[in-house]
Amino acid sequence: MNDAMWAGTVTITGHGDAGLEAYLARPLGDAPRGGVVVIHHLPGYDSGTREFARTFAAHGYAAIVPNLYSREGAGAAPDDQAAAVRAKGGVPDEQLVGDVAGAAAHLNALEHANGRIGVIGHCSGGRHAFLAACSLDLDAAVDCYGAFVVNAPPADSPLKMTPLLSMAPDLSCPLLGLFGEDDKFPAPDEVAALDAELTGLGKEHEFHSYPGAGHAFFAVERPSFRPAAAKDGWAKIFAFYGRHLSA
Amino acid sequence: MCTYQTVKVELDGAAKGAAGWFTVTGGAVYVDHPYHACQEHTVNIDFTNPGDGPSARVAVELTEEAALALVGAIQQALAAAPPGLASGQGAA
Repeated sequence: MNDAMWAGTVTITGHGDAGLEAYLARPLGDAPRGGVVVIHHLPGYDSGTREFARTFAAHGYAAIVPNLYSREGAGAAPDDQAAAVRAKGGVPDEQLVGDVAGAAAHLNALEHANGRIGVIGHCSGGRHAFLAACSLDLDAAVDCYGAFVVNAPPADSPLKMTPLLSMAPDLSCPLLGLFGEDDKFPAPDEVAALDAELTGLGKEHEFHSYPGAGHAFFAVERPSFRPAAAKDGWAKIFAFYGRHLSA
Repeated sequence: MCTYQTVKVELDGAAKGAAGWFTVTGGAVYVDHPYHACQEHTVNIDFTNPGDGPSARVAVELTEEAALALVGAIQQALAAAPPGLASGQGAA
């Protein structure tokens, strides 16, 4: 068994041919493998999200986290980049799609890539994972408590994001949704509305909502961490990707 | 939960960041997940100068109680000084 991996910073080409910083983690073995684009959350390109990439690599996938805030300048710390982007209202949806497409292309160009790509995102990244899966030809998508897929942001929010429900007919791949029953963004009724819409459209999806868990229950460094929900969630993610990202 | 809500404010002053002192021209206040503090949500305050790039930022993450205490302390300090002493228009 070869369980060694390589992980580090690479440069990829994102939307508008922009050079983006990205964190790549990939196994060193020569088995064919699927790729996972890990979309970071609103607080930015943080260490927790990069850890997710290493976890996927440890399970045999090539995983990449594009720094969606790279355009704020390479010299700035990720938290400063995030504050600057937040003040500007977030990243445009079109740019996000282009950046994920660039990350997927990078994964598919790696040795031993099997050509199958999954996306995953948490919080705002969950919404972005859904957006990417409705905009690009992907093989599997995981939405972890993404808000504003069904409902619009609060009226006084500076964020420019719009609901995505009307894009659901374009969902290109199976969707795994992992949510907390105590979450308000997205609240259970928003999750139920998305579930019903996808069922009505005949789109393959699998939703799980965990009791006793709220937003960000996967985040091990936050008080919101819920070990039981996170363990079960990880198991469901790997079972899902195992079905859809194998050659 | 992520509130996504951000209250922006124009500011006039200076702050000391990682690269030294800089002129503060703006700020943002939001109640959301902190980057570093060990609470689920905090009152996050950014003192910034966007013209100098994203690194021109002093970030503070406070509990609700601490943020309200800070507001009170600012008002108390201003009330204890002659009116207009720290005004950007110059002392009265």
